[in-house]
Amino acid sequence: MKGMTIIVKTITDFVAAFIVVFGAYIVLYGHLTPGGGFAGGVIIACAFILLMLAHGREVAFARLPERAAHIMDSSGALAFLIIGWLGVTGGFFFLNVFGRGDMFRLLSSGMILPLNIAIAFKVGSSLFLVFAALAMFRRRSFRAMIEEELS
Amino acid sequence: MNPVPLYVAIPLGAAFLIPLLGMWWKKSGETLAVLSTLVLAVMAILAIGTPAMVHHMGGWTAPLGIALVSDGLTVLLLIAVNVIAFLCIIFSLKYMKVYTGLTKYYSLFMLMVAGMNGVVVSGDLFNLFVFLEVASIASYALVAFGVEADELEAGFKYMILGSVASVMILFAVGTVYAVTGTLNMADASREIATRFGGAEMNPALLLAAAFFLMGFGLKAALVPFHAWLPDAHPSAPAPISAMLSGVVIKSLGVYAMCRVMFHVFGFGTASPSSAIIANAMIGFSVLSIVVGGLLAIGQWDFKRLLAYSSIGQIGYVTLGIGVGARVLATGGTRSLAALAILGGLFHLINHAAFKSLLFLSSGAIQQATGTRDMKMLSGLRKRMPITAATTNLAALSISGVPPFSGFWSKLIIIVATIRAGLMGVAVVAIAMAFVTLAYYVKVQREILFGPVRGPAESAKEVSPLMYVPMIILAIVCVGFGLLYPVLGSRILEPARDALLNGAEYVKLVLG
Amino acid sequence: MTVYFMCAVLLMMGLYCLVAKKNIVKKIIGIVIMDYAVNLYLITIGYKNNGVAPIIEKTTSPELLERFVDPLPQALVLTSIVIGLGTLSLMVSMVIRLYEKHGTFDMSQISKLRG
Repeated sequence: MKGMTIIVKTITDFVAAFIVVFGAYIVLYGHLTPGGGFAGGVIIACAFILLMLAHGREVAFARLPERAAHIMDSSGALAFLIIGWLGVTGGFFFLNVFGRGDMFRLLSSGMILPLNIAIAFKVGSSLFLVFAALAMFRRRSFRAMIEEELS
Repeated sequence: MNPVPLYVAIPLGAAFLIPLLGMWWKKSGETLAVLSTLVLAVMAILAIGTPAMVHHMGGWTAPLGIALVSDGLTVLLLIAVNVIAFLCIIFSLKYMKVYTGLTKYYSLFMLMVAGMNGVVVSGDLFNLFVFLEVASIASYALVAFGVEADELEAGFKYMILGSVASVMILFAVGTVYAVTGTLNMADASREIATRFGGAEMNPALLLAAAFFLMGFGLKAALVPFHAWLPDAHPSAPAPISAMLSGVVIKSLGVYAMCRVMFHVFGFGTASPSSAIIANAMIGFSVLSIVVGGLLAIGQWDFKRLLAYSSIGQIGYVTLGIGVGARVLATGGTRSLAALAILGGLFHLINHAAFKSLLFLSSGAIQQATGTRDMKMLSGLRKRMPITAATTNLAALSISGVPPFSGFWSKLIIIVATIRAGLMGVAVVAIAMAFVTLAYYVKVQREILFGPVRGPAESAKEVSPLMYVPMIILAIVCVGFGLLYPVLGSRILEPARDALLNGAEYVKLVLG
Repeated sequence: MTVYFMCAVLLMMGLYCLVAKKNIVKKIIGIVIMDYAVNLYLITIGYKNNGVAPIIEKTTSPELLERFVDPLPQALVLTSIVIGLGTLSLMVSMVIRLYEKHGTFDMSQISKLRG
């Protein structure tokens, strides 16, 4: 894939960073405002998917290598499980062992914030990988189609 | 510390650690899968005889939070799931060598085990649905793992029908929530019993019960909903076929159906609406027994024959439980209902043992000879003595030849059916038991006995990693038949009592 | 009550699409429609006229408490959407693989196994 026109590429370069920042905001304030790990993760993944659509796979994978995405995918889920395990120190799985903090502050509501971050890593990277895998399929079957036409 | 959440946490952790470590360490899949399933199997076996317990997630007590419950019925299913998962993983070590992407295989396998254990321990309707989806999605991917045309088509079919089942189950969960205002099973059953009088339920609840019956019936492959099974089970790799036929259709289908019908809708009490559902269950079971048995005779593909046989045998399991429910619903004696349910549960665990053994044997035969067409195979008894012996034992057991376990469970079910006054059903069940014998005699005659010819000539006995799990399962098949007095009182009777005493379940969860 | 019937109608439309259409992509669309019909049903269970967000403070009055919407169905729908996303991506990848093997989306041409 060579990507799209220069207009799309320029705008994408300009916008992608802001989308990531907005996604991070949605993740971090998930326990205070509408949003959370899943929604924020999807938004962050969308930034990279946009890059892939505009520039092609290579550029997107240069920003977020496939291997790193795989590592984030697995470790996000593991982090979720480990945070759940921390509750076992208090006798219950997923017990809120962190302090509750003051209401409506960023560092409040205990384990919900770390859980949101873990989910964001998991969802963002896995959605990106799903899209990358599907895009690879399309290219491959496209090539197969062309080869069929030529033979 | 309560061990119940570990049944979900260990396989889930393994499922995510395997791909992570797999980037640097090629053997991570095998090692972690063997270790975690071994720990789970040992935990499940040690759980025999422990008192029923409940774990409140996050310290939120029952009606508010999610409860994980372990009672007699749970322990029965946990043993079946985890022991068979361990044996299938051992079998996979050698068998799956020919496939690529093994870290993904073991990761998905552990995810499926986590989902099944989650369904079994969950005390919350929506949580049950989520774990059911986890196990289902993992099994869709595993059925299509070979990514050849047949595998993909079978996986796609399974996936479409499985998704329909999930939609139905979700709809029913939503309806139960709308009517009772709670998702906790114990709380919902108390609400239904006290607010709606349990017996004459309101129409919305009856609709929800019907949707649950359809959804779980689809997962269990009862006959009107069975179309996916004969394609999906043969197409999967042999250890996955063994898991699917051995435990997936039971934990996602039969177990979930029993739990919801008995412990949420309270079908342990006498009422006309309970009788409707119980009769529907008996009807589906009889259809399954007849259709599965008759279609199995005509099959020449070994694994397809086993798949159709699974439909028939799962019919026996639900027949036992359905008869028990019917006896209770029509005001029959409690001991008779207990007998029927005991038969159903006994056949459930027997079928888990011998059907997984048969599927593992079919995998061994396929790998040794390169075919599973019964017309081409012959005389394997001389070339593969151990596989032949285990296949023989399993075939004798499933077709209900006396001292083996399958005979006793079918006997209990049929005796209970006769005493419940369902003579016609009992006659069908007996006749189809002979049909089962007929098609397993066909298996033995075509594959195991006869002259050595065709692909069998070059066949060799498979490696110990493959035949040791088969031998263990064969011992289980024989052992369940002979050691029933020991095992029955320790595993089966607590499970039966748990299913019968809905009130105790409520007391356990809500404290 | 009408809303619930509309959800049931949508569910049946999805089922019809699943059963009647031969194109496997359309079958997937049918599944998605069914899924969304159930999501819509769950959301309508928790709906309340003039509802407010269920956040309890010390100053919350009993009248406000009456107007709280039920947050549980919304959480259920979120979970169900996530599950639907997972199923959908697996389905789409399988369909692409099937297309690679057969060069067609027509189920009647793909189908070789006989249930």
